[in-house]
Amino acid sequence: MTSLDDNGTDKPVAPGGASAVGTSPPATVPAPAGTSGTEDRLAAVATSLPVAHSARGYFNLYVQRVRGGEMGSLPAVGGLVGLVILFSAIQPTFRGLYNFGNMLTEGSGPVLLAMGLVFVLLLGEIDLSAGFAGGVCAAVMVRLMVGYNMAWPVSIGAALVTGIVIGLLIGFLRTKVRIPSFVVTLAFFLAFQGVALFIVNNGKGAHGDVRITDNVVLAFENSQMPKWAGWLLAAVLIAGYGYVKLSAQRARRRQGLLGEPTVVLAAKIGGVTVGLLLFVLLLNQNRNVNSTPVATNVNGTITFVRPPAVEGVPWVVLVLVGFFVLWTFVLSRTRYGRHVYAVGGNEEASRRAGIAVDRVRISVFVICSFMAAVGGIMIGSNVAAVSVQNYSGNTLLLAVGAAVIGGTSLFGGKGRVVDALIGGAVVEVIQNGMSNLVQGNNGSSVQYIVTGVVLMLAAAIDALSRRRAGATGLG
Amino acid sequence: MSDQPILEMRDIKKSFGPVDVLKEVDFRAQAGQVTALVGDNGAGKSTLVKCISGTYAIDGGEYLYEGRPVVVHSPRDASALGIEIVYQDLALCDNLDIVQNMFLGRERVSGLVLDESSMEQAAEETLRSLSVRTVKSVRQRVASLSGGQRQTVAIAKAVLWNSNVVVLDEPTAALGVAQTAQVLSLVRRLADRGLAVVLISHNMTDVLQVADSIAVLYLGQMAAQVDRRDVNQQQLVELITTGRLEGSDIAGITKGAIA
Repeated sequence: MTSLDDNGTDKPVAPGGASAVGTSPPATVPAPAGTSGTEDRLAAVATSLPVAHSARGYFNLYVQRVRGGEMGSLPAVGGLVGLVILFSAIQPTFRGLYNFGNMLTEGSGPVLLAMGLVFVLLLGEIDLSAGFAGGVCAAVMVRLMVGYNMAWPVSIGAALVTGIVIGLLIGFLRTKVRIPSFVVTLAFFLAFQGVALFIVNNGKGAHGDVRITDNVVLAFENSQMPKWAGWLLAAVLIAGYGYVKLSAQRARRRQGLLGEPTVVLAAKIGGVTVGLLLFVLLLNQNRNVNSTPVATNVNGTITFVRPPAVEGVPWVVLVLVGFFVLWTFVLSRTRYGRHVYAVGGNEEASRRAGIAVDRVRISVFVICSFMAAVGGIMIGSNVAAVSVQNYSGNTLLLAVGAAVIGGTSLFGGKGRVVDALIGGAVVEVIQNGMSNLVQGNNGSSVQYIVTGVVLMLAAAIDALSRRRAGATGLG
Repeated sequence: MSDQPILEMRDIKKSFGPVDVLKEVDFRAQAGQVTALVGDNGAGKSTLVKCISGTYAIDGGEYLYEGRPVVVHSPRDASALGIEIVYQDLALCDNLDIVQNMFLGRERVSGLVLDESSMEQAAEETLRSLSVRTVKSVRQRVASLSGGQRQTVAIAKAVLWNSNVVVLDEPTAALGVAQTAQVLSLVRRLADRGLAVVLISHNMTDVLQVADSIAVLYLGQMAAQVDRRDVNQQQLVELITTGRLEGSDIAGITKGAIA
């Protein structure tokens, strides 16, 4: 790593004259000209962009990075596959198609929460209040709909605005008053629980919660897209992904820069295509477990009625995909996203580079609370009611756990939006698999313990890989 | 070389409360030259640099850039003039790569989207123009670089912006022998490109090796700004430690020895 300029070493520089320097031959950066030696040298370097001449060089590069402690989502993907196999083997109900759709809707709220938390974690901050902030926002929405008969766009809009205001408040207290985010958000964690309770108690029904009656809000988690819409969604995503990848490759080639090997590029686009088509194909099957006709009294006559089919991609997937694409774009392709990483990596350097550090810091809290509002609405939609216990500390910790398990660092500067998706899937599979496994047998206690252990494991991997990265010099 | 210094500080005064840190300091930096700024701890080197960079407002005196008096209130003003400071604790983000660091805060965009390939190409060109061949890929994370390489990136970052004056604060302080030589030769190349380089250093060997002109601060006063050819190491050490030179008739001593 520390290979030195073989011309520069020990060469005395004559004072006041260019003579000594002038003699050294004009050197160049190893330009990505297609020399055979370049590939091997590149393979020994940890780069932020995976570029190489051949698939083999690319693979070597990847192995190098993983061994250097830059594992990304690898442990999470491995864990996910292992858990799915494990639960499928020992539990018939887990592997059913119905449960697949069920996990998707159940896990969507925490995943949306986790997407926002990725931004906060990237700055090395934490938002413990995100769960109850989502609860407050959902309560605002449901109270406007139930108590004041507001239309759903107004109610949802008000909930989202509430989220933004909460984020601004947290950001202000963190950056201007300079209270550590742990303390600010711990205080809000307590306070928002009270606020949410207050709003809900104000108009609660028989169950200690406020029922959601609006069909649009309920549809997010409880209705499915038409089959054709699912296919259309997949087609749009595949085309978009292919376009982004190929146009980036073309731009690099045009500038004479090294790109991804064609084989790898093809494999990535092919993998995404197959994965998305399979996803839609599975969800477009009828996954209703009760498909046998049941005797029903219709207008005084007993007839056998087939229960309605549950088929199609749940609408909430559209919300998930939309925010995933939006935030991934923001983080990886825009100037703002670059500044988020920079502030997370070195605040002082960012300040000297002219980045408005405080503004960036406030913005991530706003994004986090906004996503908490979105997640909170989805959690409400899932259970068709807003009740404070659904936004309790557990919800928040599972969302933080999702981001960390996915590979976002608690130390800041490292993380991606996709981590929230992958980690969220792991958390949901554990929650779902465990609860079915140990039902009636003190289920929730085991569930809590296992989730806690997994979170600790993820944090340990994060800390150890960070140390390893420091030791090997790979960031 | 022209007589007109690109950067000139005249009678600079700066005090913090009752403490006068800079007492009527004169300082000049010529384009195409390496001007060393030396002095013992507490002599006021850092304060002077912060006055140049605009971090501190000067209490009195004149700040001349290309002969014109200018007002520099913030590092942004200094950057706008073409003055870049490379600080001792390098202002680099470990989690970003070389290209991302070099363009930090001034990213190129086309529309909303970052123009990565054009930035990568420009970074490569800049490093090549400085004859830097120690970094293998400009897409390396800065965390994976050695001290000398990091210094190189920090300096290249300053050069990328077509700056005319580059102030280097102790660039070799934490480096080994080989890496120091590497950075010093880069410093020399900067001056040969026509930039005015201000080098702050504790290391007399480095200074004598690379500087064209040496300014010595002593207890907040400019003891002397002399031509490199007029002093040897012993005289330089004497200037730094006592603020004057016994029986000297060096032409470059501007204010005379401090009695």
